[in-house]
Amino acid sequence: MKKRFDMEDLDCANCAAKMEEAIKKIDGVIDANVSFMAQKLTIEAEEADFDKIMKQVVKAVKKVDSDCEVVL
Amino acid sequence: MNKKQKRQLKRIILSLVLLVVMVIIHKLVIDKLTLGTVLFRIILTAMYLVPYLIIGGKVLAKAGRNILNGQVFDENFLMTLATIGAFILGEYTEAAAVMLFYQVGELFENIAVNKSRTAVTALIGLRPDYANIEQDGELVKVDPYDVVVGSEIVVLPGEKVPVDGVVVEGESFVNTAALTGESIPRGVKVGDTVLSGCINEGGKLTLKTTKNFDDSTVAKILDMVENASSRKSKSESFITRFAKYYTPLVVIAALIVAFVPPIILGGGFATWISRALIFLVISCPCALVISVPMGFFGGIGAASKLGILVKGSNYLEAMAEVDTVVFDKTGTLTEGVFRVNDIVCKGSCNQDELLKLAAYAECYSNHPIAKSIEGAYLEKGETINKESIEDVKEISGKGVSVSLDGVTIYAGNKKLMVDVGVSFEENNETSGTVVYVARDNEYLGYIVISDVIKQVAKSAISKMHKLGIKNTVMLTGDRAKTANYVAGELGIKTVYSELLPGDKMSELEDIITSKCEGKKSGKVAFVGDGINDAPALTRADIGIAMGALGQDAAIEAADIVLMDDNPEKICTVHDIGRKTLTIVRQNIVFALSVKFLVMILGVFGIANMWLAVFADVGVAVIAILNSMRMLKFKE
Repeated sequence: MKKRFDMEDLDCANCAAKMEEAIKKIDGVIDANVSFMAQKLTIEAEEADFDKIMKQVVKAVKKVDSDCEVVL
Repeated sequence: MNKKQKRQLKRIILSLVLLVVMVIIHKLVIDKLTLGTVLFRIILTAMYLVPYLIIGGKVLAKAGRNILNGQVFDENFLMTLATIGAFILGEYTEAAAVMLFYQVGELFENIAVNKSRTAVTALIGLRPDYANIEQDGELVKVDPYDVVVGSEIVVLPGEKVPVDGVVVEGESFVNTAALTGESIPRGVKVGDTVLSGCINEGGKLTLKTTKNFDDSTVAKILDMVENASSRKSKSESFITRFAKYYTPLVVIAALIVAFVPPIILGGGFATWISRALIFLVISCPCALVISVPMGFFGGIGAASKLGILVKGSNYLEAMAEVDTVVFDKTGTLTEGVFRVNDIVCKGSCNQDELLKLAAYAECYSNHPIAKSIEGAYLEKGETINKESIEDVKEISGKGVSVSLDGVTIYAGNKKLMVDVGVSFEENNETSGTVVYVARDNEYLGYIVISDVIKQVAKSAISKMHKLGIKNTVMLTGDRAKTANYVAGELGIKTVYSELLPGDKMSELEDIITSKCEGKKSGKVAFVGDGINDAPALTRADIGIAMGALGQDAAIEAADIVLMDDNPEKICTVHDIGRKTLTIVRQNIVFALSVKFLVMILGVFGIANMWLAVFADVGVAVIAILNSMRMLKFKE
């Protein structure tokens, strides 16, 4: 399943790249993209575990930049 | 500026004022007092901590949180480390000022990025805010998302059509400027389809929606542009990979500078640590990481404004490297509309009769050529009495035969005439398609049908050659004669004609592979009208669909979509690609060289903290300003 989320307070382009890398490493994530310019997260992940995966995604995002929010 | 930015600006001003006050007190009062070293240090640290904490408190807090999360190479942390180091070394003014200017730079970055973000959305200027729905005789504004398929919406004069639909009431003109970049009003009446994103320039229209907002033209286009930044260009991937190693390497270099020279050379740690702090200040790769995608974002935005949809930064980058453009002829270089050009009688009937017989023969066929003959006859105000036609036979690849009032009419190419066995003269001179007509055993003459070459195609091709696109190729299923004529008119260099649909793919394949063999080759773009050439659009390095407004399949298959059918836009997008790439390269080279220069100067003690802040923040700001130039791109 592919879904797109808005991101709030994603202030640094380098962080976006770090987040993208961290999200890609999460189990069940097929592909992920964090666009700094569009302030959007595009994620493709296993449908069955999607909610669980998203929780980990939010955690991974917070770990890079604690101010950044993923609008679920 | 938004609220958050305004608050930050206030904090910056306050901190700056306090910093200036502290510097004055420091120089005029404290320096003149005779104080013990310890007391002197405590007083100064306390004084400068005020502006430092006002502006840097957040950075410190974030640094703390991020270091707990294991983010060692976090910019907040590194900046904190550098400034605290400066405090310890007694460089109070520098410490506070570095933090202040770091925040000024961040704020500026923030504003610039936001600005280009809104500029791009405004450039596209498409997103409809509401749809009018009639409820109890009153118009109610609702979110376009909430409009279900089949509901009736009202579009008032001056309003944007929010969702694709069919006119059920009213008559007006709609302007597709926001979609195509060209302001051409088009008349619409009951039964016509209206695409979302058009502006209603005439009277009130009532539409029955045919699609959800998400499937409507506007939503699709916006989606594509927003998505475009997720398809990264080579330069972008390079810079993100680079950034991954850059920060750790600079931090390691800082450690080496801090500890190795004093141990080997002996002497004070303080000097070398102070030099190492310079490295920490410039260890953030943000200037690079921001300015590259920003340049592409601006380029894609500028293209959208001109009715060119680029589906990804990678395609814009590839477009700059195109040196071969392969065209499909019909519908791309020509209008794709066939017209009767000439009627030549060779038998016992006049032109009108010849056209009439041909029209009767062809009226059951759906072939574009048949339609054009029928159309030419109907245009004269005549009608076709289909009841008098019997025994319609369509002979594939040859033509048609019908029986009309007891006689058989044949209309088709030379193969048909040979089959029928009439004696006829083959016409090889004209550039169009020739339809021969015979009645029973008598050859009557022929009709010449040709496609009209697009007005702008010629200048588009010559512009391409001037821009350095060396090879222009035309693929067509048409006769060699016609193909060569069109290519000659337009100045296209290579022509492959009489191709079957499958041949087009293999020719394109050949062009691409032959280019790969020769080293240092540019990219190959294929330009089609999106009808039947989806495989070619996908196969080429860059597939460009023309005149694709409202054609979902073409929009889907292509990498770059020209909303109108003007081939000159290919030059425009090539130009945008090149300018974007130039800007991006300037930024990379500029940022890297300044940073390396400052590091080298830093090791030798020539550069100080101030220069380091410039290398970090100043460079980022300059790179961003440079990227923002793309937003102002004009044809």
